[in-house]
Amino acid sequence: MTTRLQAQARPDSLLLNMGPSHPAMHGTIRIMLELDGERILNSEVEVGYLHRGFEKTCEHRTWFNLLIYTDRLNYVSPLINNVGYVMAVEKLLGLEVPERAQWIRVLMSELSRVSDHLTCLAAMAMECGAFTAFLYKMKAREFLWDVIEQTTGARMTTSYIRIGGVRADLHADYEAAVRKGVDETRKVLKDVRGLLDKNKIFLNRTRDIAVMTPENAISYGWTGPCLRSTGIAYDVRKAQPYLTYDRLNFEVPVGERGDNFDRYMVRMKEMEQSLRIIEQTLPALQASAPTVEAGGLEPAEAIRASRTRRPESRVRLSPNLEGSEKAVYPGIMAADKRSVPPPKEDAYTTIEGLIGHFKHFMKGHGLRPPKGEVYFAVEGGNGELGYYLVSDGSDRPYRLHLRGPCFHIVAALEELIRGRYVADVIPTFGSMNMIGGELDR
Amino acid sequence: MPGNFLSTRFDAMLAWGRKFSLFHYPFVTACCGMEYMSAACAHFDIDRFGAGWTRFSPRQSDLLLVVGTIAQKLAPVLKTVYDQMTEPKWVIAFGACTVSGGIYDNYAVVQGIDRIIPVDIYIPGCPPRPEMVLDGLLKLQEKIKTQGQVWRWNKKTS
Amino acid sequence: MEQENILTALRTAFPEAVLDASVPPTDPAVVIRPGDLAAVMAFLKAEPRGYSMLLDLTCVDWPDRPDRFEMVYHVFSPASYKRLRVKAALPADGPAIASLTPLWKNADWLEREVFDMFGVRFEGHPNLCRLFMYDGFEGHPLRKDYPLRKRQPRIPMRSTP
Repeated sequence: MTTRLQAQARPDSLLLNMGPSHPAMHGTIRIMLELDGERILNSEVEVGYLHRGFEKTCEHRTWFNLLIYTDRLNYVSPLINNVGYVMAVEKLLGLEVPERAQWIRVLMSELSRVSDHLTCLAAMAMECGAFTAFLYKMKAREFLWDVIEQTTGARMTTSYIRIGGVRADLHADYEAAVRKGVDETRKVLKDVRGLLDKNKIFLNRTRDIAVMTPENAISYGWTGPCLRSTGIAYDVRKAQPYLTYDRLNFEVPVGERGDNFDRYMVRMKEMEQSLRIIEQTLPALQASAPTVEAGGLEPAEAIRASRTRRPESRVRLSPNLEGSEKAVYPGIMAADKRSVPPPKEDAYTTIEGLIGHFKHFMKGHGLRPPKGEVYFAVEGGNGELGYYLVSDGSDRPYRLHLRGPCFHIVAALEELIRGRYVADVIPTFGSMNMIGGELDR
Repeated sequence: MPGNFLSTRFDAMLAWGRKFSLFHYPFVTACCGMEYMSAACAHFDIDRFGAGWTRFSPRQSDLLLVVGTIAQKLAPVLKTVYDQMTEPKWVIAFGACTVSGGIYDNYAVVQGIDRIIPVDIYIPGCPPRPEMVLDGLLKLQEKIKTQGQVWRWNKKTS
Repeated sequence: MEQENILTALRTAFPEAVLDASVPPTDPAVVIRPGDLAAVMAFLKAEPRGYSMLLDLTCVDWPDRPDRFEMVYHVFSPASYKRLRVKAALPADGPAIASLTPLWKNADWLEREVFDMFGVRFEGHPNLCRLFMYDGFEGHPLRKDYPLRKRQPRIPMRSTP
């Protein structure tokens, strides 16, 4: 099969294939280069090697079930994908989420954003040869993932943010864990900045390489850190504040030249701003902390007890359901019976709770948003992450489309590397933060 | 294994050498790549089991670590990479998508890489915790220990 | 307020092309005739409207409608943070619409994706070929009549016990 590049290549140039399986730790993509020595005359980028049929699969799953697929889109910042989808559905339903759940969502989003930038820059640095930076950043990421794991139960693909709120409240000593994660990340960022910011080799490989002008970036539909590195200060959190971002103090770092180094610096500075946001969420979470009384009966005993008298005795939930007790439920989930499952204590002991539980999870019943369509965007790790949902009133989406930010960023790769050396492809591609799950969907 | 004392001792020494110096080729595609990175880095070091060195060429590696979903578009590439590896070679299917297609049962995903290449160890999980990855690696080392070497003069060529 | 302004401006500038310009509960959207897409988009992109970014371009398949394929465009103005949705419906037989590649560079890949998934042709596209699926894949997967599990393997699969 002749590709377009092969068809129009000059007869004396060398065709090099950077195949779908390559050492760059970003994702499967095929870059074909037409070379004259080391200089790139032309290139062709082929995507689709991680196309997993996300959009078609989601048409066959209920609104609640397809949440697991959203985790795996931008898999380095999975909680932000969750937030985007869930808020799009809530916009369609017109649901109001309690304040504590909003603060928890902000905390989780910013932890995810820091992990995203850490991973991107770690991989970019490693591919340029700076292996130490990679190891240090992975170490910092472990501390952040510890916080996420203790609350949600999983390190990466959490499915924690639910329609109407979050699945469970934060675990008991989250504050100490968050502060430790923030401190470790700050230490690592200081070390890595010392290693890379003024490093002659790193600057030679990234300064003035693959420069993108602001007009070109807008024409390509760039958003996020890559757009901000060209000088345009567009951040969805400031432009259309969602959750509690309008009450938070943070800056949006902007670059000047739009080269690889600016994309790197914008991400480093954004991590510092995200850590600032995380610290601001802690007092707000403390202020809205509910009190949970301990004790209660096992579910079987509670059911037996409820047969003889009114169910005043509390049910003691299993440790797996820690954080979703009835006492904390109003803080973490919206109060809409049709969209949100009832707390487990009610499902175990009252008939209304049991019916509500079944109606929520049975096929054909459950969450059924009104007919209509909605587009909602959040600030993902790469830029504007938008969900376009079309509902026909049934329990499955009629159409779900993801506006993946790195799709538009990678579309510019062919133009950015034209005329540069082969060795420039790697830091350019690394600074774009291409995530296969978001690109190919 | 049939054989005399010398050949079994030689096989054991060969197995010892092979299992503690696995050079892996990480065929990373998707989310499991993040857990692979965690398993390879300082917290859950894979290097302490001898498998730390990543060789980005199939000719230089003996363990094909297939990490992440394999789409139908990528299947021929995986087969080519596997065919390019020289004997002895082992394959670990890392993550639910490589074991059975995972949560993606649709037109675009191969339902398990054992439809394309033979697999030695299956590590389930979506994504598997790094401890599970290390457990899988240890199981592979056990398997290598009991595998013999098929000498050329023993191979039936008819 | 601003949403109604842009809709009024569109209705005045393109009285026949605009079929429906209302503000539904969620987002401002306008439905136009597919033949006038290029003109409407150029109008929106130019100042003072200033919708200089094409955020997204996708398609929805309504097999029960005579105009089966509904193209959906999202445009955005980074200067004033305004968004607008533009929709155009295409018939089931030979769906084709003007390409937006002269206006926006990301339309190239976006239109290739819609062609790959739905089979809609874009007139004036420099290189209209599949983006995600491979050579030899027959059909357009996101159409409602394509079965979810119909796999077309590129290489023969082994039989596993």
